[in-house]
Amino acid sequence: MASNILEVRNLSVQVEGRKILKNVSFEIAEGETVCLFGPNGAGKSTLLYTLIGYPGYQIVSGEIIFKGKVINDLPVNERANMGFGIAFQHPPKLIGVKLKDLLNLAKNGTSEEEIEELAKRLKMTEFLDRDVNFGFSGGEMKRAEILQLASLKPDLLLLDEPDSGVDVENVELLGKEIQKLLEGRSGLIITHIGYILNFIKADRAIVLYDGKIACQGDPFKILKDIKDKGYKACLECSKC
Amino acid sequence: MLKISWEEKMERARKALEKLPAYGPDVDLDKFLLEQAEEEDGASSLEVLPENTKKRALHAGIITSEKGRSGTFFQKDTKVLCARPKQEGIEIMSTTAALRKYEWLKDLMWTAVQPDADKYTAVAALHRTHGYFIRALPGVKTIYPVQACLYISRKNLVQRVHNIIIAEPGSELHIITGCTTEDEFTAAMHIGISEFFVKEGAKITFTMVHSWGKEVHVRPRTGVIVEKDGTYINNYICLREVQTLQMYPSVFLVGENSRASLNSIIYGHGNSKFDVGGRAVLKAEGSRAEIISRVISDDNSEIIARGNLTAEVDNVKGHLECKGLMLSKTSRTLAVPELDAKAADVELSHEAAVGKIAEEQILYLMSRGLSKDEATSLLVRGFLNLKIEGLPEELEKETQRLMELEYETGM
Repeated sequence: MASNILEVRNLSVQVEGRKILKNVSFEIAEGETVCLFGPNGAGKSTLLYTLIGYPGYQIVSGEIIFKGKVINDLPVNERANMGFGIAFQHPPKLIGVKLKDLLNLAKNGTSEEEIEELAKRLKMTEFLDRDVNFGFSGGEMKRAEILQLASLKPDLLLLDEPDSGVDVENVELLGKEIQKLLEGRSGLIITHIGYILNFIKADRAIVLYDGKIACQGDPFKILKDIKDKGYKACLECSKC
Repeated sequence: MLKISWEEKMERARKALEKLPAYGPDVDLDKFLLEQAEEEDGASSLEVLPENTKKRALHAGIITSEKGRSGTFFQKDTKVLCARPKQEGIEIMSTTAALRKYEWLKDLMWTAVQPDADKYTAVAALHRTHGYFIRALPGVKTIYPVQACLYISRKNLVQRVHNIIIAEPGSELHIITGCTTEDEFTAAMHIGISEFFVKEGAKITFTMVHSWGKEVHVRPRTGVIVEKDGTYINNYICLREVQTLQMYPSVFLVGENSRASLNSIIYGHGNSKFDVGGRAVLKAEGSRAEIISRVISDDNSEIIARGNLTAEVDNVKGHLECKGLMLSKTSRTLAVPELDAKAADVELSHEAAVGKIAEEQILYLMSRGLSKDEATSLLVRGFLNLKIEGLPEELEKETQRLMELEYETGM
């Protein structure tokens, strides 16, 4: 059995005094891709931000164990250097910072030629000389995020809605690139519409509901249940 | 413009010797040496300069080999060491030599800047120590920028230069000026009068790098007159500590469809006090102006960033933008944007924002593995990375290079 790259044990998190995550436990095995479903406000993004160590996401109890080490108190950059990589849903604009310069600073031994090749595949070549996310469309931002991760090659990819606001053609492009990146790596992917699952091999899904894990299982089956019966079905599932 | 005789100009200056300027801390001129101008040489090669001088000049954008330059002017203290053009149709000499050569210059001087504006203009008028005269003849366009350096090595000197820059009709003149001192501890004062004349259809881009020391008081006094279809682009970069620096260049757009763009990038370190600004007076229909500044206040520095757009006729447009970044709790930034409309059909706007670096941006970069300091540095550089419209590509690269050089050594 493959060992776990990530273990989350009894994690409770509060943001500005409000408890968002309640006793959440799950794990991701090495090489495993897990989908994270849940309605708006369920705590999905909070979970991702907590995992990468954003301040303001206060761990009340529980542990985050990454590669066998408790990382609760590690700063964001140290987690990144350990192998966390995140694609944000709404990344900030960095005025005056060229995408190319950021890629050259934040890379994991990736050569410039490789970066150019990756940019070409993600249709981002002409964006390399532009300020990061400045004047990018929704889809372009997502591609820029994946480009950064492709250059960073993290061991665990955290993807916050990589398919939201992206047109059909580009979801396919993104999905295929994400799948390439996931080969031999692990992933935790938040998706609402699940369209990206047509291009990604997801092993398992977790449903977060009101800050708790409501159910786990086959991603396609869960997605179908959610589509047919809504998230309530997951709640019932957890009862059984 | 009313013609005033040279004698009258000097008489007006004499009366203004005690006149305090509108802005900036007062500097007691009696504490400085008012040395006479030395006879200019003008023929020296910059290669013979001492290594340290070369190094300091390089940081201010001066390439001593003169490679990639259309000409050079170099003044050390009160002596002109080098004044020579490398391109036909470009004139470079000391203002003193130009006054000997051209009788009309006395009429032109002190028309874009008033000799009695304050005690600094007055002292420069009465006790001038050279300065440069750079002129592009009609239709001549510089391939490479002309470089000019005003260098102070003598302790307690007050350098008083008067620069005249003329772009004759249809010409194009690119200038990089670097001002610096022998070392960062040299106590001195620099008064620099600069008068620009952009004739019909001409263009001047003027990139100035100030690389002074922490004991230098700096008082540039600049006036620009832009005629029909003329363009004036000014880029000012100061990323080093100074004691006090106050300037308020004024651009007068007197010709139809004339353009002006004033860009400043200032990084306040230590106890530096800056009172910098710019004014564009839109005096002819179709004229356009923008004043853009990026200022960073660190340590105990104080930066006052002023901007004034005055629209005197219809169908003119102007935009003013000031962005300030606060890096220390003990620094201060004061943005003073002014829009002054004296006609109805005008479009004037301003945008000012002062704050710290957004934490969200730092965290974003940290999530890519950068340390907090690396993230901050990247964002600060980004903030200073001002895109300047109308700058030729080569010059844009050069400006970028200068910025990087100054940034690296200034930190």
